Amino acid sequence: MGGLLTEAFLSSLFTGAIVAAVPMLLAGLGEQMSEKAGVLNIGIEGMMLMGAYMGFLVAFKTDSLWLGFLGGILGGVLVAIVMAVLCVRLGLNQIVIGIGLTLGVEGLTALLHHFQFSRTYPRLPAPERLNIPGLTDLPVVGPSLFGRHPIVYLALMAVVVLALLYRRTNLGMTLRAAGERPAALDVAGGNVLGVRIFAVLFTGAMAGLGGAYLANIGAGLFIPFMTGGAGFIGIVLAMLARGRPLWVLIGSLIFGAALSMTTALQVAGSNIPTDVIQMLPFAAVMLVLVLFGRRAKLPSALGASYERGAR
Amino acid sequence: MVDDVNPSSVDPEANAADSAGVVTERSAFQRVLTVTVGPIVAAFLLSAIILMLVGVNPLTYYGYILERSLFSGLGLEQTATRMAPLLFLVASLIIAFRAGIWNLGTDGQFLLGAVISAATAPLLVGVLPGWAVLVVGFALAALVGAVWSIIPALLKAYQGVNEIITTLMMSFLGVLLASTLVKLVFRDPTTTVPQTRTLPVADRLPRLFETSISSGLIWGLIAVVLVHLMMTRTSFGLRLRMVGANPAAATHAGLSVPLLTLATFGLSAGFAGLAGASEILGVAGNVRANWNPAYGLMVIPLVFLARFHGIGAIVLVFFYSALMIGSESAARRLGVPQDFTLVLVASLLICLGLGEYIDQHKRKKER
Repeated sequence: MGGLLTEAFLSSLFTGAIVAAVPMLLAGLGEQMSEKAGVLNIGIEGMMLMGAYMGFLVAFKTDSLWLGFLGGILGGVLVAIVMAVLCVRLGLNQIVIGIGLTLGVEGLTALLHHFQFSRTYPRLPAPERLNIPGLTDLPVVGPSLFGRHPIVYLALMAVVVLALLYRRTNLGMTLRAAGERPAALDVAGGNVLGVRIFAVLFTGAMAGLGGAYLANIGAGLFIPFMTGGAGFIGIVLAMLARGRPLWVLIGSLIFGAALSMTTALQVAGSNIPTDVIQMLPFAAVMLVLVLFGRRAKLPSALGASYERGAR
Repeated sequence: MVDDVNPSSVDPEANAADSAGVVTERSAFQRVLTVTVGPIVAAFLLSAIILMLVGVNPLTYYGYILERSLFSGLGLEQTATRMAPLLFLVASLIIAFRAGIWNLGTDGQFLLGAVISAATAPLLVGVLPGWAVLVVGFALAALVGAVWSIIPALLKAYQGVNEIITTLMMSFLGVLLASTLVKLVFRDPTTTVPQTRTLPVADRLPRLFETSISSGLIWGLIAVVLVHLMMTRTSFGLRLRMVGANPAAATHAGLSVPLLTLATFGLSAGFAGLAGASEILGVAGNVRANWNPAYGLMVIPLVFLARFHGIGAIVLVFFYSALMIGSESAARRLGVPQDFTLVLVASLLICLGLGEYIDQHKRKKER
């Protein structure tokens, strides 16, 4: 037992929790905005995967992580544009198109990866880190909390900014109206489709950034199908958070800790097959849904496309 | 394709316009063009562009797939055999979608059904007569598939928790559990690679006539037709569809919505389990660890494109199965990963959706 509680072990546990939490946090925050505006964005898994691919591709070609993150955002937004046109503008079924987009991106990225990287599997160099003198030198929590890539702090800032946006601004109000009573928003002179399109594109950007983090910081390379359900977990986080960004953050940290615990156990050398360990995050999601699922609050017009004058 | 059969999609005003006379025939032809032929051609063109981007000649690729899956005797037999599990999955999804339930967890239900049938059938050979082994294998698979949907079913029926997420999560869990079971519990001690015991070829589902086609195809076709008739022609099917169309109205009509929801989950997941068994007891004979063909999510677009109609879905499954057989072979011969079929199906879905939209738009203008 003493071997488990060493500083190195705890430090890697904290680090792992944060590294695992950030992509889910970004995806959950993005999905939250779509859901608020009344779009159930099942395509988020595809947006994340496209972000991971584009993020890695750009970072690899330009040797710049920042450009890589921009590439990831672009990748997510590209998929989101398709989703916005088909589901919001044309009113096609959100779930079917979402699944279709996810499948399509899985196929496309696997195909591109096969022809570009499958022989060499190139890796990115270890990422630069933000050093805060004094804080980073703290034992155990120092390097994991304060020695992270700057993007982590941007994600945390996004939580605050979004919370303020939803509570204090007209845009936040409009978003909620588009999800709860789109017809009322329309009568009041708001632009339902415009707001929803904005929300879907924002989801794409956040999911793409999350995917790029997963590929560039988490793994250092792109692997086909690498998101492995992280986008779907983002949807669960958004569902359970009842519209509050802070709850998405808390949820993602809990799932991140569960994930990193499993990797830590693997490193510690237990004999459990990896399949069992990989089940843990999904089992955790199910447990949370069984216990608190009833309290998940979703906007009333979620999943329904809006057409002016339709009954 | 099959637009006028789904009762909920019939547009009375469009029918009135159809009976107007001369204009009808040309516009009916145009409709077929915008709703089916056009989008299919567009999807193949779109996918061809992607093939060209990665440096593959699309004509060679499409030609190879056609030749391999439809114009060769063996290929055609493989295509027909592959249809069996897909058809059972179609039956599963038709029940769920017509009843308004998004069962996105068919992959987990499929694999657990496959594993349980592969774990039991080889042990029963010699103990039970041959037909009984198969019956038990199928029955257990249906049962296990249904059991795996209990949590999402209860959460949906009594707590109103969205089943999209719960079934997806259970699917991830089911896939991993199936693999764990193969490695730890049902492992064949005589092999070095982790896999279940193998059902001897003689004890599998019989083959049809002089071909290599598994008779699972027949059972799959029967399943789809029966499910279609159940959903469209029986009072039970009508009740399920009422729940799907409007749960509140169904409650007011005196239906027990929670019980019907549970029945929908049980039936749908049961058929997904049968799909797994049909692949094992008909073709593979055993389950290898980490085997996951992921048919479940791929069938969803097909069922939607057929608008939940059984016969339409059978036709689509035939072509999809040909695509799979052809692309599996192309992956070995032409070096194009099989993942390309995902791209093709996704572009088909998007193009058909667009076609549908254009069609509706035109109809509205005509009014």
